[in-house]
Amino acid sequence: MQLEQMYQEIILDHYRSPHRAGLREPFDAESFQINPTCGDEVTLRVKLDDAGEKVVDVSYETLGCSISQASTSVLTDLVVGQSVEESMRVLAAFQEMAQGRGTVEPDEDVLGDGVAFAGVAKYPARVKCALLGWMAFKDAVVRVGDVPEKGTVR
Amino acid sequence: MTSLESPDVLKLRSDFPILSRTVRGGRPLVYLDSGATSQRPRQVLDAERSFLEQHNSAVHRGAHQLAEEATDAYESARARIAAFVGADPGEVVFVKNATEGINLIAYAMSNSSIRTGLGPESERFALGPGDEVVITELEHHANLVPWQELCRRTGATLRWYSVTDEGRLDLDSVELTERTKVVAFAHQSNVMGTVLPVQELVRRARAVGALVVLDACQSVPHMPVHLTSLDVDFAVFSGHKMLGPSGVGVLYGRAELLEAMPPFLSGGSMIELVRLEGSTYAPPPQRFEAGVPMTSQAVGLGAAVDYLNGIGMDAVHAHELELARVALDGLAEVPGVRIIGPTDLSDRGGAVAFVVDGVHAHDVGQVLDDRGIAVRVGHHCAWPLHRRFGVAATVRASFHVYNTVDEVAQLADGVRAAREFFGVA
Repeated sequence: MQLEQMYQEIILDHYRSPHRAGLREPFDAESFQINPTCGDEVTLRVKLDDAGEKVVDVSYETLGCSISQASTSVLTDLVVGQSVEESMRVLAAFQEMAQGRGTVEPDEDVLGDGVAFAGVAKYPARVKCALLGWMAFKDAVVRVGDVPEKGTVR
Repeated sequence: MTSLESPDVLKLRSDFPILSRTVRGGRPLVYLDSGATSQRPRQVLDAERSFLEQHNSAVHRGAHQLAEEATDAYESARARIAAFVGADPGEVVFVKNATEGINLIAYAMSNSSIRTGLGPESERFALGPGDEVVITELEHHANLVPWQELCRRTGATLRWYSVTDEGRLDLDSVELTERTKVVAFAHQSNVMGTVLPVQELVRRARAVGALVVLDACQSVPHMPVHLTSLDVDFAVFSGHKMLGPSGVGVLYGRAELLEAMPPFLSGGSMIELVRLEGSTYAPPPQRFEAGVPMTSQAVGLGAAVDYLNGIGMDAVHAHELELARVALDGLAEVPGVRIIGPTDLSDRGGAVAFVVDGVHAHDVGQVLDDRGIAVRVGHHCAWPLHRRFGVAATVRASFHVYNTVDEVAQLADGVRAAREFFGVA
């Protein structure tokens, strides 16, 4: 059955018990992303350390399918505690796998539980679901950078 | 009323080559997504191919034999399509699809509003601040966004009839006034299958002198529709939802209105006299068909209409209602399923939308797909309607004449499997 290829047990586990779910304070930036084809939504917050170099917390609320929820949950496992730079490397690897139509061999050392989404890449209609939370994370990190330094005038 | 027996359906299924293919590792295709686009019978594919192999040429220009034949084929299609919906050929404008048809009306009104219409006769299409366009909460985005845009351009106000918990129109939710210039609504909801009370809405619109625009995308393909009897001013429908090609649709307008309406797209074919200083325009329907039009598609749509006439639209409608009954009965047996829309068959067509407690519509759709069942998941271009029911997405099964009772019965089994797979059974 092909269904299990997409919905691997890891994905279903994250879907049933999502990690770091809910919106928390404090946070440096928030991003709201929507998938216009299906109406699924994610609101995601990012908290970096004082130097702005390390991901301290990622919190989120999603209204969406199992793939988008599980993917956002896995995202938090992979990026919280990492440097911003490393989190962007992970993001790039996840995106490459998700958009690879099943031709990209994922690196488990980089992607951890994220490799479970390799099967989703074979279903183009669901790739956006898998990337929704990741796009929100990327956007939120960029927004942190947009905030003017203390004492500067806009 | 004649109805289709299952042997009839099996026989006509053989006209649709795509229905015999398999999907997802050898499973027979169960196509329950005709509300999005329908499949085309060989007769339509053959008509397009034969036109292209024998008669292809630009219509309404050239004096050579192919030009004559192509023009005859194009105009013959127009005449048959017009007859199919109870209109005169001169009242049928070929457009790309229903979306373009609604935009055509909206932009003609826009042009009239800034006094770039034909002249005083176009004043009846003018809108301004204080005027109202009234739609409904269940509209497809195609019959919503163009009106939002028209209101933005003219300063008019958009209002809408709300929808009841049962998925019917709440006729008391809006009072039309002398300022209501347009009342635009779907004949049948593309999500819930609800058939709207056209006669009553037309009566109310007439009482205040508003123009009536009917989105007939989900009615013309599935039931007998006689536009002149319905007494609407404008109507639109798309070819690809009625066993015909994509890239062709119809804007119907009452002759007297089309006559007074300024063009939307301008250019070749739609003119009467052109000088560098200015131009005058051809009478309808040519005024609204700028450029070399879609031709094999129009011919294909003519063939689709012939095909549907051969079955009989009464029989098509009766068959689809039977399929809707099977779907509704089957889903009623599955715990945790909530139907969005009417559960009784009166004033209803064959689209069935639902949500499953604890399983997102996308995930239901994926499990169905794994069983070869193609349905639509998401908001089906009716986002406000989904908001009204407090859901982000629904699963929609929709039918056409080629679907069998057995196919539709598989739907409920698939939903049961989805509940089991996601551990909510």
